[in-house]
Amino acid sequence: MGSRASTLLREEEIEEIKKETGFSHSQITRLYSRFTSLDKGENGTLSREDFQRIPELAINPLGDRIINAFFPEGEDQVNFRGFMRTLAHFRPIEDNEKSKNPTASEPLNSRTNKLLFAFRLYDLDRDDKISRDELLQVLRMMVGVNISDEQLGSIADRTIQEADTNGDNSISFNEFIKVLEKVDVEQKMSIRFLH
Amino acid sequence: CTDLAEMEDFWAGAFWALKIWLYLIISLIMVPAMFGFSLGISETYMTILVKTLEWATLKIQRAHADEQTLKASSSNGLIQREDGSMEKELEELRRSRPKPPVGGDFTLSDCFYFSRRGIESIVEDEVTQRFTSEELVSWNLLTRTNNYFQYISLRLTLVYGLGIFVRYCILAPLRITLACIGLSWLVIGTSAVGLLPNWRIKSWLSEWVHVICYRICARGLSAAIRYHNRENKPKKGGICVANHTSPIDIVILCNDGGYAMVGQVHGGLMGVIQRAMVRSCPHIWFERAEMRDRHLVTKRLTDHVNDKTKLPILIFPEGTCVNNTSVMMFKKGSFEIGATIYPVAIKYDPKFGDAFWNSSKYSMVNYLLRMMTSWALVCNVWYLPAMHQQEGEDAVQFANRVKSAIAHQGGLIDLQWDGGLKRAKVKETFKEQEQKKYSSMVVGDDSSSNSDG
Repeated sequence: MGSRASTLLREEEIEEIKKETGFSHSQITRLYSRFTSLDKGENGTLSREDFQRIPELAINPLGDRIINAFFPEGEDQVNFRGFMRTLAHFRPIEDNEKSKNPTASEPLNSRTNKLLFAFRLYDLDRDDKISRDELLQVLRMMVGVNISDEQLGSIADRTIQEADTNGDNSISFNEFIKVLEKVDVEQKMSIRFLH
Repeated sequence: CTDLAEMEDFWAGAFWALKIWLYLIISLIMVPAMFGFSLGISETYMTILVKTLEWATLKIQRAHADEQTLKASSSNGLIQREDGSMEKELEELRRSRPKPPVGGDFTLSDCFYFSRRGIESIVEDEVTQRFTSEELVSWNLLTRTNNYFQYISLRLTLVYGLGIFVRYCILAPLRITLACIGLSWLVIGTSAVGLLPNWRIKSWLSEWVHVICYRICARGLSAAIRYHNRENKPKKGGICVANHTSPIDIVILCNDGGYAMVGQVHGGLMGVIQRAMVRSCPHIWFERAEMRDRHLVTKRLTDHVNDKTKLPILIFPEGTCVNNTSVMMFKKGSFEIGATIYPVAIKYDPKFGDAFWNSSKYSMVNYLLRMMTSWALVCNVWYLPAMHQQEGEDAVQFANRVKSAIAHQGGLIDLQWDGGLKRAKVKETFKEQEQKKYSSMVVGDDSSSNSDG
């Protein structure tokens, strides 16, 4: 089945996205098709409402945080480049990529960048630290009304205690990486894209 | 003076051509429709069409044989989902560290599970794709489905161009004429029958009038319908339920028997048709306000069903049009009445034309015009054996059971999601269920709140 770049997505753009994200040509066109089907306003960008229209995402306890990850600081619209850039975090890590070009910037789907995505889910104010308050808020999103404040508080305290090495009562990105060093991030934060 | 004579000749000629056209239609299409036999014209057309489409498919496939081969699997999916449950996935994530002795089992990596599920649903989800037309594996020579396919050869383009001419200049006017004739016949015929006193012959005539109209409309769409298992056809006093793809479903089903319709009273042309239909045999039309009153609706349905002389009721429990790749949640209203349910599965063949009515994108008129400029409408109708509500089964479970049977027969995916999600937001309770599930994985089952779900 041949694929034709629609009039709104030029070949050069596809090439650029390919270089930046590592997706294949056909994956990019299919994701573009998905992007346009979500874009109900047909203005080439997605708003938060467009994402919330997906029922499975709307019932996800961290749905709002995930949606937020697509939008750069202070913006309410995300274009296709931004959409692809965020999705690229979830591409599986291929072995041949690791040795390609050591001086090139880190690919979007590296282990570190995947962990950064998760870190930013917790870091509500984007100050590169997860404070106790932020952790509590995210925990509250995940458990709803089913756990009491005290219990949630003690869970948060314990988590910070385990991870915090420099005693500032918050988790920095490096501490975050250290705590999760035994977790199979590559597999758990990857989605198998077909063709 | 000669100009005038020429003009008159022209109009005389045009009038004469119009007469021939009408005679042809009446003799070749209407008369067979009235008496239920076929002259084989549509069959020939269909055979030619099938051969042409197969040829086109082969050409396209051969041209792309060197590129990545078509996915052999039936799924057209973009990603392959990990279908592990929340429990399984979270356990695997937490394996890397020992369980804390007290205070709840939470780790920072728990969010991985939700992130991945979230991103998976952004790339591809089960629900939103049901509200747009199905993607075709191979192009069927219609402009509207040409999303991914490129120029292959001159011959193919010529056939495509010929197709456009045939569809828009020959088939479309023919079909529009037929549709107008069919609908006017329905209104006139049913009103005429309605004038008769209530003899037995009235119901027979009424059915005959209805069926003729639907047959004409079916020819008007070049519909090739195959009915399976006709011994299970719905009988009087029952309720016929079917999956819903478009208003044409009604034409499809009524070609093979009489049904009582249920629906809202409309104004305009629809209202005229509705009022005419009700004169010759009982249908159930509700005012908009009445539809909210569940008891009233149930009562009227029950009354109709209990009267064994009335035709079976035709209901589409999904409540909205879905794109014929899946069956969505059935609303339980018709399943609470205690009547016999006759499930029917309708599956359209998307190669010949996309029957799905995307009501948020196209108006009814636009949709009908698209239908009339498709190649044809090919569908299969399966009559399933009657079902009854069993002991200890509530209406929702019964509805789900019927839905599964229909989905299984029609080769459709059985979904639990509500078709109403086309327009409405999903209920908060589903999110709360996910949160509850996760909470029990954090603190075990001794959570402080208790809810009855």
